[in-house]
Amino acid sequence: MTPPPGSLLTAQDLRKTYGPTVALDGAEFSIHPGEIVAVMGPSGSGKSTLLHCLAGIVPPDSGSILYNGREMAGMSDAERSLLRRSEFGFVFQFGQLVPELTCVENVALPMRLSGTSRKEAERTALSWMERLEVDDLARKRPGEISGGQGQRVAVARALVTNPRVLFADEPTGALDSLNGERVMELLTEAARSTNAAVVLVTHEARVAAYSDREIVVRDGKSRDMERVV
Amino acid sequence: MSIGHTLLGLLESGPRHGYDLKRAFDEKFGHDRPLHYGQVYSTMSRLLKNGLVEVDGIEPGGGPERKRYAITDAGVTDVRQWLATPEKPEPYLQSTLYTKVVLALLTHRDAADILDTQRAEHLRMMRILTDRKRKGDLADQLICDHALFHLEADLRWLELTAARLDKLAEAVAK
Repeated sequence: MTPPPGSLLTAQDLRKTYGPTVALDGAEFSIHPGEIVAVMGPSGSGKSTLLHCLAGIVPPDSGSILYNGREMAGMSDAERSLLRRSEFGFVFQFGQLVPELTCVENVALPMRLSGTSRKEAERTALSWMERLEVDDLARKRPGEISGGQGQRVAVARALVTNPRVLFADEPTGALDSLNGERVMELLTEAARSTNAAVVLVTHEARVAAYSDREIVVRDGKSRDMERVV
Repeated sequence: MSIGHTLLGLLESGPRHGYDLKRAFDEKFGHDRPLHYGQVYSTMSRLLKNGLVEVDGIEPGGGPERKRYAITDAGVTDVRQWLATPEKPEPYLQSTLYTKVVLALLTHRDAADILDTQRAEHLRMMRILTDRKRKGDLADQLICDHALFHLEADLRWLELTAARLDKLAEAVAK
């Protein structure tokens, strides 16, 4: 398969095993700038492994991942690390905020790590927190806020560097449906406004309904439903 | 549920008499609503008229129940098309989906494929509702939520069935 024209991130024939367990068995993927793609499938189907490979967190055993026309396997660890910090954003099931830092310090953290001054980073962080409707929590610590609020702070942190790809792994998995929906509304609105691509791993149909299309992963193989229906 | 397609699907494994067809249908799909003989014969004459089945033989003794029917090539194509076409997402369609899945297994077709196609159709509808909800007022949101929860329940059933296909294949083969 040749990468679809204009795609930002493409994976072909990805294979990955963990000991005797086959996690990916020829999986394919592609996403365009500004597109939201849901990766669905039952537990243990390989969808999180696919996300980890696409994000350069875990190298596949074989297969090709092209980001912006560049082969990820050809990059050095430092280059991949820089890519993750500057071009990719991450939201996981549990916010994974640093408990010792205030919310605004958490959101500003990726910018601080890239060398931005504290004042500048926190100013940008606050503007993202406003968009995610959590700016009033700026000076609170993660232990003092609710799960839904924490997840919005985590989304603000993921978007603060204006990433080109946002990876979200079960971002509403720990939330009730009302909070989960609000997080999805704000996350997708924010991503669309910056033309970021979103790789959304979920097993929940109501969450997947915020995407533009879905691929289904089963037994390590992917199926692009747009090409089926 | 389409009785015509179900009877056609049952004929794929070999010719049967009308009575046999009714018995097979009742056993597999008609637990709480067995077919009337009249339904079988009117359905079979329609299928015959449309060229989807042919009479394979008539046993002496007369009466419509003595006719043996065989599926035609056009009939096989018709079953394939029906199985491949997703149902319009709506509440309480499980019995139709269940029938499709069982028939696919009985006729050695890809049952997972039917479930995937249906999931995609459900999600397409859920995207439309989610979008309407996002742009609408509270009344719109509540109406769309109601529909979304029903579709989600269907999807849970689809996922559970997909996870149990191997067991179901063993059960229907008995």
